[in-house]
Amino acid sequence: MEMWRQVFQYKESLFREGILDAQFTQLQQLQDESNPDFVAEVVSLFFEDSERLINDLTRALEQKCIDFKKVDAHVHQLKGSSSSVGAQKVKNACITFRNFCDEQNIEACFSCLQLVKQEYLLVKNKLETLLRMEQQILAAGGAIPMIE
Amino acid sequence: MGSGPADAKFHVLAVDDSLIDRKLIERLLKSSSFQVTAVDSGSKALQFLGLQDDEKRDPQPTPVPPNHHQETEVNLIITDYCMPGMTGYELLRKIKESKSLNYIPVVIMSSENIPTRINRCLEEGAEEFFLKPVQMHDVNKLRPHLMRGKQSQETTKHQ
Repeated sequence: MEMWRQVFQYKESLFREGILDAQFTQLQQLQDESNPDFVAEVVSLFFEDSERLINDLTRALEQKCIDFKKVDAHVHQLKGSSSSVGAQKVKNACITFRNFCDEQNIEACFSCLQLVKQEYLLVKNKLETLLRMEQQILAAGGAIPMIE
Repeated sequence: MGSGPADAKFHVLAVDDSLIDRKLIERLLKSSSFQVTAVDSGSKALQFLGLQDDEKRDPQPTPVPPNHHQETEVNLIITDYCMPGMTGYELLRKIKESKSLNYIPVVIMSSENIPTRINRCLEEGAEEFFLKPVQMHDVNKLRPHLMRGKQSQETTKHQ
C-alpha cells in the first residue's frame, strides 16, 4: 500500500511538472498480459533514438558550415519520438529548437541543444526510476497507478 | 489452403520510417484485432503490394502480378507523411494511380497540423488524416473504411 502511494505521488509529480504527458498514459494502457513489456520496449527505443540524435545534433552544430536543414531534420525526428512516448519537455524543447533552425540562429540553436540534452537526461532518469518502481508493484501482484 | 470469410482478419499495411512509431501503430492496430504488416518506407510498401517502384525499374521480363498471394491481401494502408525518399503523399498517389490497388483505402499520419497538407492528401483520395501521436480513438475510425475496402476488392476481383 505504502509503495503504491509513493509511486502514485511520484508519477503524479511527473505529470504535474510537465515531464510526462497523456501520451505516456496511452502507452501504459496499451500494455497488457500478452504484451507485458510494451512500455519498457518503447521507452528503451526512445532512449537509443534520443542518444543517437543528440550525438548527431552535436556533430552537426560543430561543423564550420552548419547545415540547418540537416539539424532541423534531426530535431524533427527527436520531436516525433519524444511526442510518441509522452516526453513533453523534450518535445517542447524540440519545437523551440526548430524555430531557431528556421531562423538559422546559431547561438540560439546551441542553447536549444543544451536544453534538449538537459530535458532528455531528466526524463530518462525519471522514467527509469518510475518503471523500476512500477515493476516492483507488479512483482508484488499489485496494479500500476494510472494518472488521468 | 485459403482463409475462409469467418477467420479473415482485416490486414493493415503500416508505413513509417520511425521505429518507435511503427511499434506504436502496430500495437494500436493489433489491440483492435487487425493483422499488421509494418514497413519502413514507401518503396518497401509498394514492393509488398506487388507494385514495381518506377524509379527502381528492374530489367525483369515479367512484372510480379499484384495480389497473387492470398496472405498479402491488404485491406488498408496507413502511412506517415514525412519520410525520406518517398513521402506518404507520393505513396498515396502511386496507389491511387494504380488500377489494381486504387480500391485500397489509405490513411495519412503526420506530426504536423498543416491544413494545406491535409487538404492535398484528402483531395488525392486519402480517407483520413491522423495527427500524431495516433490514439486508440483514431484507430477506431478505421473499421468502416476497412469494410468498404474489402467490399470494393471483392467487386474488383469479380469484374
